[in-house]
Amino acid sequence: MKGFYVLLAVVFLAGGGWLVYSANHKSTAEPSSTAPVPAAAADGFRGFTLGSDAAPIEVTEYSDFECPWCAAFATVQMPVVREQLIATGKVRWRYREFPLSAHKYSHLAALAAQCAGEQARFWEMHDALFTRHQWAQTGKDPSDLFRRFAKDIGVDVDKYDACMRSQRYAGRIDASYQEGEARGVQGTPTFFVDGRRFQGNPTSDAFKALVDSLTAGRRKR
Amino acid sequence: MRRRQAIAVLALAGCFVALYLWLYKLGVMGELRCGTGGCETVQASPYAELFGLPVALYGVAGYAALFLVSLAALQPAAAARRRPDVALAVLASIGFAFTLYLTALELFVIHAFCRWCLGSAAIITAVWILALAGVRRNT
Repeated sequence: MKGFYVLLAVVFLAGGGWLVYSANHKSTAEPSSTAPVPAAAADGFRGFTLGSDAAPIEVTEYSDFECPWCAAFATVQMPVVREQLIATGKVRWRYREFPLSAHKYSHLAALAAQCAGEQARFWEMHDALFTRHQWAQTGKDPSDLFRRFAKDIGVDVDKYDACMRSQRYAGRIDASYQEGEARGVQGTPTFFVDGRRFQGNPTSDAFKALVDSLTAGRRKR
Repeated sequence: MRRRQAIAVLALAGCFVALYLWLYKLGVMGELRCGTGGCETVQASPYAELFGLPVALYGVAGYAALFLVSLAALQPAAAARRRPDVALAVLASIGFAFTLYLTALELFVIHAFCRWCLGSAAIITAVWILALAGVRRNT
């Protein structure tokens, strides 16, 4: 019986270790820092931003609207980040689409956010998609729900419908995804702080500590 | 008793395989370490979901149930009882039938194989054989 429990412990440690290792080593093909980042969409779009253009530090987030970890970050950590870092002018936040192929409606959600963004409501749609995230668990086509979100946040629904039908921002989403791939993004959410990949658990405290340390380092120079 | 122990070990291993595929579906794992590229094809297909939930999640639940029942069956009070063997055989048969269906989809519909899915298929097949042998022995 003792041998059985030893074997069970070995399987448990090996399996658990493998999962932890895989989750922490997503980017086996991390590109060199000199790897060229492809030009963004044909219209030169580089993502929606929050915060002052004069902010000294920029955080780029590669995210997927259907990803539960992205939703957890957006609803739990992001409000604090907005209050402590973005509203105070320390950070400019750039959102980049990275819809994972494993997620059925990520691309549709990204299009919905772009179409809301066309009417200057991107962040409102971003918040709606993440805070009312039940759509990502049902497996049902969320098109009508996204339309309702659009209406709720004050988007002109006729223009939104036309935008969704035309899929005019699909190129932006593809370009954003390719940009992420070129930077070694393989999972979501992935963050870059002033161009350097953010490692570790993405909490508001961790971002604040990093931004404070970068800001202090610049002051000394 | 050895059979039940073997089922517990295999079920735990299967649970980790299914957990890996489920976490991948959730976007936690980045790219699947597959080798052939067939894993991405299979996981991105519409057959990777059933009733709105990832198929891998059913695998996690199934293996977890097998693991818990086999552990319960190893308790001294249950050692001589037949009911745990029947419960294991029923659970393993459901898992085996589901795996047959998924493997047939890979072979005839998706035309791609996911090595992790094949690994899980091998595990559930071994569990099924052991569970059936346990029932036969106690009849």
